[in-house]
Amino acid sequence: MTTPAAILRTENLTMRFGGLTAVSNFTIDVPQGKIVGLIGPNGAGKTTVFNMVTGFYRPTEGRIFFDGQDITGLQPHMVCRSGISRTFQNIRLFSNETVLENVMIGCHVRRRSKWWMAPLGLPSFRAEEESIRRKSMDLLKSVGLERFAEEPSASLSYGAQRRLEIARALATDPKFLLLDEPAAGMNPQESQELMAFIRNIQKRFDLTILLIEHDMKVVMGVCEYIWVLDYGVKIAEGNPDAIQSDQKVIVAYLGEEYVKYAES
Amino acid sequence: MNARVRNLILNGLLIAALGAFLFWAQNNLDGYKIQVLNLIAVNAILALSLNLIYGFTGMFSLGHAGFMAIGAYVCALLILPAAQKQAMWILEPLIWPLSVINAPFFVAVFSGGLIAAFFALLIAIPVLRLGGDYLGIATLGFSEIIRVVLTNLSFITNGALGIKGIPAFANIWWNYAWLVLTVFFIVRLVNSNFGNVLKAIRDDEIAAKNMGINTFFYRVLSFTIGAFFAGIGGALLGSLITTIDPMMFRFVLTFNILMIAVAGGLGSITGSILGSVVITILLEWLRFVENPMVIGSFQIPGVPGMRMVIFSLALILIILFRREGIMGMREITWNTLFSLGRRSPERNDKGGETK
Repeated sequence: MTTPAAILRTENLTMRFGGLTAVSNFTIDVPQGKIVGLIGPNGAGKTTVFNMVTGFYRPTEGRIFFDGQDITGLQPHMVCRSGISRTFQNIRLFSNETVLENVMIGCHVRRRSKWWMAPLGLPSFRAEEESIRRKSMDLLKSVGLERFAEEPSASLSYGAQRRLEIARALATDPKFLLLDEPAAGMNPQESQELMAFIRNIQKRFDLTILLIEHDMKVVMGVCEYIWVLDYGVKIAEGNPDAIQSDQKVIVAYLGEEYVKYAES
Repeated sequence: MNARVRNLILNGLLIAALGAFLFWAQNNLDGYKIQVLNLIAVNAILALSLNLIYGFTGMFSLGHAGFMAIGAYVCALLILPAAQKQAMWILEPLIWPLSVINAPFFVAVFSGGLIAAFFALLIAIPVLRLGGDYLGIATLGFSEIIRVVLTNLSFITNGALGIKGIPAFANIWWNYAWLVLTVFFIVRLVNSNFGNVLKAIRDDEIAAKNMGINTFFYRVLSFTIGAFFAGIGGALLGSLITTIDPMMFRFVLTFNILMIAVAGGLGSITGSILGSVVITILLEWLRFVENPMVIGSFQIPGVPGMRMVIFSLALILIILFRREGIMGMREITWNTLFSLGRRSPERNDKGGETK
């Protein structure tokens, strides 16, 4: 597990909400260039981990290092600037904007010209606007949505909205992508396509991908390494085979009663 | 001929047509109608500035009257002749640099906008940490604070007596020139990717932050630019009606602007312009309901303020049946006009506005 350098590392990450400890002492090393997974029953604290990494929550304790730099407690937009992007469990598109505009908004973080150049219409500004438009169009092509570029984003089908959200995340030029339940609400056919899609973008954009997922076919199919959370505590980690046969994981998902019953 | 060149030519033609219309209006219409035309331009500037804040960036701000007041006072102080200032400030004499300073009208209006923007910036930094209704209440409070401060700074503002006899420089040409400038600035900003960023903040602030947008910076920016144009509008209004006093800048003024922006369509530039044309004309035309009327054998005495009752009813009807206003978030652009006939699937949203 230590062969490739870790791109993201968390040290003793703990998040408390009042008396509730949502995540405690969470320490992981995410290797660069891999697709890895974070699983666990509902309410285990997976999304809380995402929110801490992307700067929406400031961890109560512990530190987060990305690419060798301490990003603990940075504002979300600064985290994005450093090269981390994410999607949301409940899709959060800019629903009044067109599909193309959604992706263009993602390009904003890398732009160089300033707002006051817009009314002046300087040539350098116009060139950058044009390049943003072109880059966004290319991204839409790579997720197969170029036909819908001028449609309102809310009019897309559910699966297409998921792909658009990923395209928008890619527009920020991330090195590290967090996907929160990308296969939620998809039928088996769609989740098959999604797996191919995730592998494809990982190679194409040279990404490291960490995903939260409940669909075990997807998790076991694409992830090379998996961490399991239960009640905010990391209970197991390893490759998919090891996780599938891990006693603690089975108990966490199915309950002690069931496991005893199955064994007897 | 590509669409960009075509739109540029059409925009030029439109401005020429506007100029020709104004020239005709000046020579053929009576003073009252010209005043209505002037009010349309000023209201359009104000509605656009509020639309940038509320419609495009989604910040419910009720502080417009305050920024207009600042713009109006700054402009009035800069264009009043020194002798007139000396005669008018009877409570306390006007303090030194202001008592002698004098500036051309353009500079005065521009300064009005700048100083309004400066105060907006000061207010924005604490207040824009709030969202939604709380922001509305806080900005309303600040607007009232500005008004009370203006009432009490009698060595600058002449207190509750107000300023009278402001030179009426704001003729139809100045007003429409400022309107064209405002439209140009806001259209350019909103149609660029920075406009998309503002709309992103309006639609989903969390997702916007996640996309690397410094939402606080852009909220402050939009608020300050909006206040700048509110200051411009206030400055023009002051010179247009030649009298200003603190009571003029009460909440009702903000409410009128808000009504225009909502009726026209929040998030639509053409909507704000159409809204200001329709509502300004209606407000004037509806004055007849305040006169005594005879319907059949009924004698109805004139009730001052009756037209505001009708307007409130109209606003309720808009909210009930057409919440998005005249235009919703749509725009009339050259491209949409041209594609009306052709129904071509390809659209290019970079086009210029039809005004």
